[in-house]
Amino acid sequence: MSDMSATDRGYEANMGDYFALLKPRVMSLVVFTALVGLLVAPVPVHPFIGFVAILCIAVGAGASGALNMWWDADIDARMKRTAGRPIPSGRVQPGEALGIGLALSGFSIVLLALATNFLAAFLLAFTIFFYAVIYSMWLKRATPQNIVIGGAAGAFPPMIGWAVATGSVSIESVLMFALIFMWTPPHFWALALFVKSDYGNADIPMLTETHGRDSTRKHILAYTVLLVPVAIGLGFTSIGGPFYLAVAVFMNAWFLKGAYDIWKRDDAACEADKHRTEIKVFKVSLYYLFAHFGALLVEAALRLYGLGGW
Amino acid sequence: MALQVEHEMHERRKGRNYGVGIILISFIAIIFGLTVVKVIQLGDAAQFERFDHVARPQLVPEEGAGE
Repeated sequence: MSDMSATDRGYEANMGDYFALLKPRVMSLVVFTALVGLLVAPVPVHPFIGFVAILCIAVGAGASGALNMWWDADIDARMKRTAGRPIPSGRVQPGEALGIGLALSGFSIVLLALATNFLAAFLLAFTIFFYAVIYSMWLKRATPQNIVIGGAAGAFPPMIGWAVATGSVSIESVLMFALIFMWTPPHFWALALFVKSDYGNADIPMLTETHGRDSTRKHILAYTVLLVPVAIGLGFTSIGGPFYLAVAVFMNAWFLKGAYDIWKRDDAACEADKHRTEIKVFKVSLYYLFAHFGALLVEAALRLYGLGGW
Repeated sequence: MALQVEHEMHERRKGRNYGVGIILISFIAIIFGLTVVKVIQLGDAAQFERFDHVARPQLVPEEGAGE
């Protein structure tokens, strides 16, 4: 009897448990960047279609989160940060997460195709595939560069938003993708330097553990340097303008200074001030992304009044 | 034994059932809204024919009408 077996489990999953499978915090970043990609595009989108498109992108991102939790349930259980997730804590069965992940993936892709266009739906499908299969199933446990290549999954949303409006991929959407793609490694590694992680317990090859903290510091500086031309270059496209460029120059100088400060330090210095610089740079990295996409939105708003742009 | 109409499971799964109900109603609203927007965006009333499976001869231009 089905209700007997549910009772035997001793806990009945509620909607909140299923919602937690969708990684709502990751979803909020996806919604913000996808919305900017959609709003800065030169082709206007009907507000309701835009709303449905953003909903599909958010649900698609959530579905890939559920598939990730299904696949990674074994390693999630071995790490303190993730042991409370719905599957390792026993609130949701792995099969349920797989079912929800697959069903929501299908729904979001088909609905996005019907509501907007096939390119946007294809990009969403590829993003889900990339996160669930390329990142979760393959790279995460195989290489310390996991976060670099896996970051692409988080970089696709503005490109999908742009494709929803224009039905195409262009230099602007590629640069928005590149901005998040290049930003992810220094952002994540700054966090990895000050959070006491237990990735080692789960046999996940994180850069801090495989190559050491000094190597991680060098990587942060190198990726931040490579990020600068992408962020500045976006300012000279059709969606950039003087305001964006001013914000980009300021934020890149700030982030670069932080990466340089991290590079100069060693473990003794970190222990002495309890990772003050690393924590500061991590916070700056959050402002960095928000400021760039916010500035793109301001440029788009200014253009409505004949201002902004070049 | 008295017939128990309200099974204990109904109470236990109330939140989940309401959640599924809200999701289904939202889904219907989205599909309906999309239909309205897409049809309005067609502009020309005759374009509605594309979604109608019944042929309407009166919409076909008469032969030689333009001469």
